[in-house]
Amino acid sequence: MMETNYQEVIMKFTELILPVAPNPIMLAALLLAAMYLARKPFHRAVLAFSLVINNALRLSAASVRQAEKKLVERNREVLMAEGLENAERLVEREFERINAAVVRDLKGYSALQRQMAEVATKLEEDHARSVEVPPNLPNWINIIESIATIKHDGDSMVGKMLGEIDRNLREQNRTAIESFRSSSGKRQVLLNRMLPLWRKVQKTLDDIGRSISDLTDRAKSIDRYMDDYQEIRARTDKAARKLSSSATTQFFIAGLVLLIAIGGAVINFNLIALPMSEMVGGGSFIGPYRTSDVAGLVIILIEISMGLYLMESLRITRLFPVIGSMDDKMRMRMIWITLTLLTVLAGVESALAFMRDRIASDMEALRQTLAGVEQTVQAGSKIPTIGQMIMGFILPFALTFVAIPLESFISSARTVLGTIAAGLLRLIAFLLRLSGNIVYYTGKLVTALYDLIIFPPLWLEGVVTERPFKIRQAFEQISKARQHGKAAKGIEKHEDRFQILESRE
Amino acid sequence: MKCFFIIALLIGLTVGGCTDAQNRTTGVYILLDTSGTYALELKKAQSIVNYLLGTLQPKDTLAVACIDTGSFSEKDIVAKMTFDQRPSVANNQKRAFQKTVVDFVAKVKSSSYTDISGGILQAIEYLNEASAGQKYILIFSDLKEELAKGHVRDVPFQLSDFNVIALNVTKLRQDIRDPENYLDRVEQWRSKVESGKGKWQIVNDLERIDTIFDR
Repeated sequence: MMETNYQEVIMKFTELILPVAPNPIMLAALLLAAMYLARKPFHRAVLAFSLVINNALRLSAASVRQAEKKLVERNREVLMAEGLENAERLVEREFERINAAVVRDLKGYSALQRQMAEVATKLEEDHARSVEVPPNLPNWINIIESIATIKHDGDSMVGKMLGEIDRNLREQNRTAIESFRSSSGKRQVLLNRMLPLWRKVQKTLDDIGRSISDLTDRAKSIDRYMDDYQEIRARTDKAARKLSSSATTQFFIAGLVLLIAIGGAVINFNLIALPMSEMVGGGSFIGPYRTSDVAGLVIILIEISMGLYLMESLRITRLFPVIGSMDDKMRMRMIWITLTLLTVLAGVESALAFMRDRIASDMEALRQTLAGVEQTVQAGSKIPTIGQMIMGFILPFALTFVAIPLESFISSARTVLGTIAAGLLRLIAFLLRLSGNIVYYTGKLVTALYDLIIFPPLWLEGVVTERPFKIRQAFEQISKARQHGKAAKGIEKHEDRFQILESRE
Repeated sequence: MKCFFIIALLIGLTVGGCTDAQNRTTGVYILLDTSGTYALELKKAQSIVNYLLGTLQPKDTLAVACIDTGSFSEKDIVAKMTFDQRPSVANNQKRAFQKTVVDFVAKVKSSSYTDISGGILQAIEYLNEASAGQKYILIFSDLKEELAKGHVRDVPFQLSDFNVIALNVTKLRQDIRDPENYLDRVEQWRSKVESGKGKWQIVNDLERIDTIFDR
């Protein structure tokens, strides 16, 4: 009914504005005429609209680019700060090691010095004593020997005296040889005694040499770390690339280890979820989850938390600065408390694992009874039970080490996510610019298409307006040529052209 | 004081948000037809009870009652149990339940009449008292109701939130001759249940018993 009314109104309107019955050609001509008249406003509107959209999108793109730049700068700052912190940690650790080595070696230095001094004194004394030359035979022995070998002519007195001299001489010789041997033996003993002392001195010097070599190596490491540190401090691109690459690698490695840890946590959960129903009931729910499942999960999360605190207290990780900055006494207390709680929880888990085995066996037996199957004799092996109990005890401690990859993951995630966010912002900026250009050129395309549709009136317009324009142009050129007194040939050419155009007109 | 109040409010909201208001327990009431020759089918019912015992969880409720001359009576309940929260205790309860049902099936005597409506009314009463979240009434019968003289069962069923499932609806001799009888009988029970806002289902193939629970 309504549609009929509209049709009537349109008919009346058409009759009103058209004195004769409309035919399609006439309507098309009218439409073209209307479109021709509306050409300029339409062009302006379309171009303005496309320009507005283009400008808005370009502005948005610029804003996004700005945000991206800021984010990149911020990422770089964070990366550098983390890099500096790591480098400081490494240098600090090396210094601590050097300190420990120096303290260790210097602590024994006084004793070593005393020992060396003692050894040196002993060596000196022994050396001095070993230098003592064995007593020589008396000088007059040759004289006596000469006297003793004097030939006598049977005088008993002389013979007796000479025999006595010979005997004394031999006695003297024997005593001298014995004394010489004894003295040489003593020197030998002294020299023998010096040998281990020399060895000891050699060993001590070797130890000192090793310590010094170790210190030199450490010094080289420190030099290397310090070079890195200097590079990071200088904020060079090389350092940024190195740190970024390191962060990405850390992110993926830590992520992989965390996935493994999650697998361990899931196994742990399955180990304790069933027996937890014996403790908290199997029929109650928290939200859509069984209370026993939630309780099992809470226990695992508490274990992980304890592991985190333990690692923090041991200063292996630095997730909680409060724990790291505690004084050593307090930290030690914290270590003992967390370790005790972990052990208790591990014990609880072990007991739960045992209970799980019992419940599972009971359930299996019930199922067999209900199914009417004759119950199979349970295997006597306790290995599965013991295995489950051991696993229940070990897994909480194993989960403790999740803290290390977690820290790496969190610290590297900041960099990696920042890089991804910057990339996304860059992509958004590009898309915005692209959209702006598309809109702008679409506007131009629409106006061109509009002109294409109304090309007959436009062509007519061209024909009508082009000739007077050309005549005016030729006239102006003639006037200019005349004014400047150009060559007659050039003026004639223009005048001919002017006349042709005028005659056509 | 103000701070304490805010903390208490937050804790209250958290606990309230976490607490599950939905009752997730299941209550199953099995009606076993002991009339006439159908008493011989009870061996099959025993396997259904066993299946349910294996399926139901702690805090769920299970009751087995027989359909005889006057079923609207607690005396007709053979065994009833709401299982304990602890799985080990629930397992022992299930063993005891099974033994009771086995003893009943071994000693059952067939009754002269079949008061199915009375049994359903008794089941509604029991499951409502047990406050089960999901309520199932399993009717192990040929659905041929025969009331003793003087028994009135014109009471409409209040079966909203109830699932009524007819199991092993055997065809009687007259059904084989004229299937219209069987179809009319089933249709009559379906309309009766659905008019009481209950859900009706029929499972003749006991292999598909595991499809009866929504969970």
